[in-house]
Amino acid sequence: MSVAPPNVWGVTTTIPYSLPGAARPAPGPAADEGLARRLKALACTAPLHDLDARKANLAGEYSVYAMAEIALASIDLVTLNMDFDTGADHDQIVARLLPRVAAQAPARAHAEHERVARWVLENLINVGSADRGFRAVYGTFGADGGYVRRDYDFKLIEEVPGPGGGVYLRTTDEAVNVLVGALDTDVTSAQIAAEVKLEVLISRGRLADAQLAAEQARYRTVQYAETLRRTLEATRRNVRAVDWLRTVPDMIAEALDHVADRYRHENAILTNIRKARDEAEEPEHKRRAAELVDIVKDCIRRHTQLQSRLLEAGPLFRAEQDRQAFAAPPARAGLDLYGQLVAPLLPIPVEQASRVTDAFFARGAGFRTPSAVRVTDLVDLLLTPPLEREHLGAEMPEPDLVATPDDSRFSEEQLESALDLLDLPHDAPRRLSGLLADARRRDPELPYLLALLAIHAASPPVGTAYRQGEQRLLFAVDDGTPLDDPEFGGADLILGTARLDAVAMSAARAEPA
Amino acid sequence: MSEYREPAAETPEAGTHGGGSEGQARGASVTPGDAADAARLVGYGLQPKLLPARDAEYAELIRRHREDPAFARLADAVAAGLGLIVLEVSPRAGMALAAGEDSVFAVRMGDYARRAASDAGDRFLHGLAHLAAAALAFPRPEDLADDGYIGRITVNGIDAFVRQACRRLEEKADETGENTDPASDAPGLEAAWRVYTRRSATGATKDARRLASSTTGIIGKAVAFLVDSGFLQRTGDESGGTYRTTARYQLQVRDMAGSAAMAELLDLGIVPVADGTASLVPAAEDGGQDLAVDAGLPFHAHA
Repeated sequence: MSVAPPNVWGVTTTIPYSLPGAARPAPGPAADEGLARRLKALACTAPLHDLDARKANLAGEYSVYAMAEIALASIDLVTLNMDFDTGADHDQIVARLLPRVAAQAPARAHAEHERVARWVLENLINVGSADRGFRAVYGTFGADGGYVRRDYDFKLIEEVPGPGGGVYLRTTDEAVNVLVGALDTDVTSAQIAAEVKLEVLISRGRLADAQLAAEQARYRTVQYAETLRRTLEATRRNVRAVDWLRTVPDMIAEALDHVADRYRHENAILTNIRKARDEAEEPEHKRRAAELVDIVKDCIRRHTQLQSRLLEAGPLFRAEQDRQAFAAPPARAGLDLYGQLVAPLLPIPVEQASRVTDAFFARGAGFRTPSAVRVTDLVDLLLTPPLEREHLGAEMPEPDLVATPDDSRFSEEQLESALDLLDLPHDAPRRLSGLLADARRRDPELPYLLALLAIHAASPPVGTAYRQGEQRLLFAVDDGTPLDDPEFGGADLILGTARLDAVAMSAARAEPA
Repeated sequence: MSEYREPAAETPEAGTHGGGSEGQARGASVTPGDAADAARLVGYGLQPKLLPARDAEYAELIRRHREDPAFARLADAVAAGLGLIVLEVSPRAGMALAAGEDSVFAVRMGDYARRAASDAGDRFLHGLAHLAAAALAFPRPEDLADDGYIGRITVNGIDAFVRQACRRLEEKADETGENTDPASDAPGLEAAWRVYTRRSATGATKDARRLASSTTGIIGKAVAFLVDSGFLQRTGDESGGTYRTTARYQLQVRDMAGSAAMAELLDLGIVPVADGTASLVPAAEDGGQDLAVDAGLPFHAHA
């Protein structure tokens, strides 16, 4: 209280104006107005932050108190306690503020709590200043493009004279609008953020971003539709599975509000963009605006769709309720197969559990008609010669086949030739370079095939060869030597043949079987 | 539900020789032709995959059974004489029959799976496969009661689900520090879930078929058998085979198997308490990690 709080504080001091006009974030007086409005709103919160910043200057250890919290609480208290013609009583407010202050530092003395409460309240009134108010400075661009600094004076809590000559407290419109109303928003609401962004962007001609925001809004609508669809589906199955008393009506009301809101917004946006589209000179802008028109139209279509679904939801619920409530109750008490049979069965000893599963199997597996054989049938059956194939059915029509052109890159002969080259003795591996040279001598296309086969051999299917009882297997190993070849690059692989011990393998296979 | 059902023991007058006329208060004497029709209807009922919608004569006999009480009693008597229980006669299910315990039509576990006759563990697993298939086909009590309900199951889904339930029990046992290893001289006292957990879910075979002794193999056998019983229809190959239930399966589980198994469980002194609500519930929106992997069903058990 000894320190006079500053009544002037700068929000904007300098704005670099060396940038070209097009890159300025907020061109035009309309956009500037929005900026100024927000600066003013921001200024209203500054005294609260200021309290926390200045509490260190107080004589004593007060950092334990959250001053902004106490300040907001006192503004709330004043707002709630002031009646129409008078205001709230100063001492009463302090008294009601005390429990919260005390809760922040329970160990401190009561006198200190009262001192803090009074300090906060007096700072909100800004007792130390002459006009008992606050001032913020902000800048705008005038119509001529010049930058003008302006003062913004405001009060948060003002003292008003009461009927009996006393002084009462009232919160100002600024305090109510900003600190009670505007701050009380769900700052994490994606929907609100997207909406605000879209409007702002449209009004500033930022079409690309506007498109993104419009798409986000559409996404929200789709989410609503999806939630609704799931709810209705669940309702069709079982009305009681869905909370039609509160949750769903709330959701429907919210979604209808959303639709109404979006519909209004988007029609306004549509008008704006259409104008932007028609007035845009730049082809790129024109195209973007046209795209945005399509998106917004789609949004509106989806909103309309959602709305009609929402309107159908109530009747559907009533119809389903009638159907399900007046449907004949199941004649037998439903058996909960899992809860009453499977779950109790699993923890008990298998010997006992088997009795239950046996009983279930005996009556639950169905019946089989035993096949009975008569000896005479058997004799006939055995003596009947097998039917000739042509007696089996009608003659198959000749299929109309179209010969597909042989588009394989390599012919059978080439494959044979390449495999022949790769048919290496198991004790004499060869380098890929040598094999490629040999192949090139036989056929200019052959090296490609050979290289392919060699690459395949780098990771030979040992397991498959093993299972199929192959005797030998081609493999390739890279020893780091680079390949020197006019057509191919990479490693000069060493190719060789490994012999597989088929007998031992089949013996090993037989073992586990 | 059958429109008309009568305990088999009460139909002595409905003999198959047409001689029941003097015993019939409602007139309408039975001719050998009627008896032949009644037997034919039962014959149709013995072909579980045949549906009245696919066969005009079958449909006509079903209609007659529903409209002509004398004929209905005759047909039911024929079935009873063959050791069959009539579960329902309707256009949707046809003549749904179940085999009595000692009937020649009854399937015995030993015939169903050879190993089950000698190995107690296998016997249990084969039975459990059938029970679990039914439990996943009709996850909620109302699904079993609702005539219009069609369940969908997959082989891998059933395995994953049972395995998860077993794993929960294992975790619970671990938490309490309980030693679940059975005494080696009393294998029958091993907890049922352990038998399932011990068995591998699948295994490699030489011919790429399912390993018959694995749990998916056992479940695969069960569902294939149920298809032959006219209880399931195969709809695809995904997840080890996907199937949907028929009206007959619902009747069989509801009217025969479920109550029989319950009676057996009660006999063991285990009284499962249920309040009529499902113990399998749809997964929460974000409860994905709690679901059995590829169970193919959006259900999980209460913890």
